[in-house]
Amino acid sequence: MMTMINTFLATKGIYFLTLVLLALGVAGIIVCNNYMKKLICMNVMQVAVIFFFLCLGQKSPGTIPVAMDTAVKASQYINPLPHGLMLTAIVVSLGTTGVGLSLLLRIREKYGTIEEDDLIRREDLMTRKNKDGGDRK
Amino acid sequence: MIENIPVLIVLLPLCSALLCLALTAVSRNLGIFAVKLSCLASFVLSCIQLQMVVTGGTIHYAIGNYAAPYGIEFVIDSLNAVLLVCFSLMGFLTILFAENFGNEKRPMLVGAACAETALLITGILGMTSTGDVFNLYVFLEITSLSAYCLISLGGSRGVVSAYRYMLVGTVAATLYLLGIGVLYSVTGTLNMGDMREILDQGGYDGAMLTAMCFLIPAFGIKMALFPFHGWQPSAYTHAEPGSRPLITGVMGKVPALAMFRFVYCIYGTDFRFVRIGLILLGIFSVFGMLYGSLMAMGQTDIRKILAYSSVAQMGYISLGFAIGTPIALAGAFLHMLGHVFMKGGLFFCTGAIRYKFGTVDINEFGRIYKKMPLTCGLLTAAALSMIGIPPTAGFFSKWYLALGAAGQHEWIYIIILVISSLLNAVYFFRLIEKVFIRQSSELRTRWESEVLELPLTIIIPVVICFIAIFGLGLFNVRIVDILLMTLEGVGL
Repeated sequence: MMTMINTFLATKGIYFLTLVLLALGVAGIIVCNNYMKKLICMNVMQVAVIFFFLCLGQKSPGTIPVAMDTAVKASQYINPLPHGLMLTAIVVSLGTTGVGLSLLLRIREKYGTIEEDDLIRREDLMTRKNKDGGDRK
Repeated sequence: MIENIPVLIVLLPLCSALLCLALTAVSRNLGIFAVKLSCLASFVLSCIQLQMVVTGGTIHYAIGNYAAPYGIEFVIDSLNAVLLVCFSLMGFLTILFAENFGNEKRPMLVGAACAETALLITGILGMTSTGDVFNLYVFLEITSLSAYCLISLGGSRGVVSAYRYMLVGTVAATLYLLGIGVLYSVTGTLNMGDMREILDQGGYDGAMLTAMCFLIPAFGIKMALFPFHGWQPSAYTHAEPGSRPLITGVMGKVPALAMFRFVYCIYGTDFRFVRIGLILLGIFSVFGMLYGSLMAMGQTDIRKILAYSSVAQMGYISLGFAIGTPIALAGAFLHMLGHVFMKGGLFFCTGAIRYKFGTVDINEFGRIYKKMPLTCGLLTAAALSMIGIPPTAGFFSKWYLALGAAGQHEWIYIIILVISSLLNAVYFFRLIEKVFIRQSSELRTRWESEVLELPLTIIIPVVICFIAIFGLGLFNVRIVDILLMTLEGVGL
């Protein structure tokens, strides 16, 4: 029984860890009140998926996919494709983080806060003010 | 040249987007002109491509000549050939329309907005043509990132809604990536056709079910399907006015197409749990159709009305997927095509009214038809089409949906379809009443001209949308025939 659990954890355990990381990220996005923290949680979530792909590309008696005299069979090399895919995903997440940070700067400039509660209160205030203005017209 | 058409359609807007800012720095109208020219070119090329697909069958284009399962492939069947024509036309019209909404004093900002719109068009066209699941992810992110930027250009409310959309949208993209990761781990391929062949050998039910659990919420969020639509109303309302027709009209449709590709082209109807997925989709769409229409009835800002009505309209499209017979799928795609012009057209009208009078509150629309006959003509046609009155596009798409539901004996879907259409009638007739019957209100004109009611670049999109709404209705048999060329093989 114990050996079964051990082998299961040794082969599949890493996937559960990435799943925990993903769940942490999603929970953080839902729970955190500060928009900066939400952005950080979003990054944690993206990193979880990157880990997931990298684990797929890993195998133990394998080496980097560069042609070598000592390794002649395909089975001796690891699959480079997941790493290639994840390079793209990292670039995408970099872009998303950049856009997110610049949006945060704008929010801070216009509302003076990045706390969600304050932001919602200020938006309500703006709506009410607009309505009053409309009535006076 | 002629065999490179599939990739040229996507590449031309991309190149113009990259050049746009540099050209704007040289001369203020040159950048916008380049984008306009490239969008027109991709519209013309996609028309030629549609002709080629109808006569010659599906086109497989291997990018860089790397053969299919290893390289990236564009697959153009009759379905996405039609959609490409429609999307590229809408992209061109939006670019024409958008030049009226820039800030005259800051030409670089206008150029940047134009470049973002061109990137959005690139992403949309790429997502429509691609036959590779990872390539789809990249185009999805191009679409989303440029949409975040365009929404954030719409003032201080726009920035907050763009930020919220970005958080939710990134969750969706991450879930999608995880879903394709699971599929890749069992099949070892990213090509859609290849993946289908490997999955058809059987024995992958567990992985496919896991991937489905990630993919349905992912596409649901991106297309703003009912329980995942939270970001959508404020994002549609506060987006940059110039590009709003494209964002509202086209952006939600492409993830719907991707969802169709996954459910019917990759998984196939032989998949053991496909019924569960379809019933789930059906439940989402039924509640979405009712919820969207009910919420739209309570709004007075025309942009909010249209945003909530989009939730209901996405429900119609996914209802077609949930029924699953070829005729219902054709109805869903006809509705997709029609809705591009209906919702895009309604937002052209909103933009035009705002351009002329500076208001978006429907209570101030009293007898506006005397001052803007063309715009109100489109407003009425699109509203009637939304409700589903013949001979507009909306009637025929709902007819095919009902026909498909009747074929599967899904009577509850037909009842909900009728109820939702009646609810649509309530709020669209309220809009028509404001425009035609209500006491005329004092509106100050912001744009004066003796001959035209609006600048020519607004009139052209308005007129083309008007023609398209009736054209799609009157020639629906021909279009459905073309759609069925692909759909016959994949439905239930």
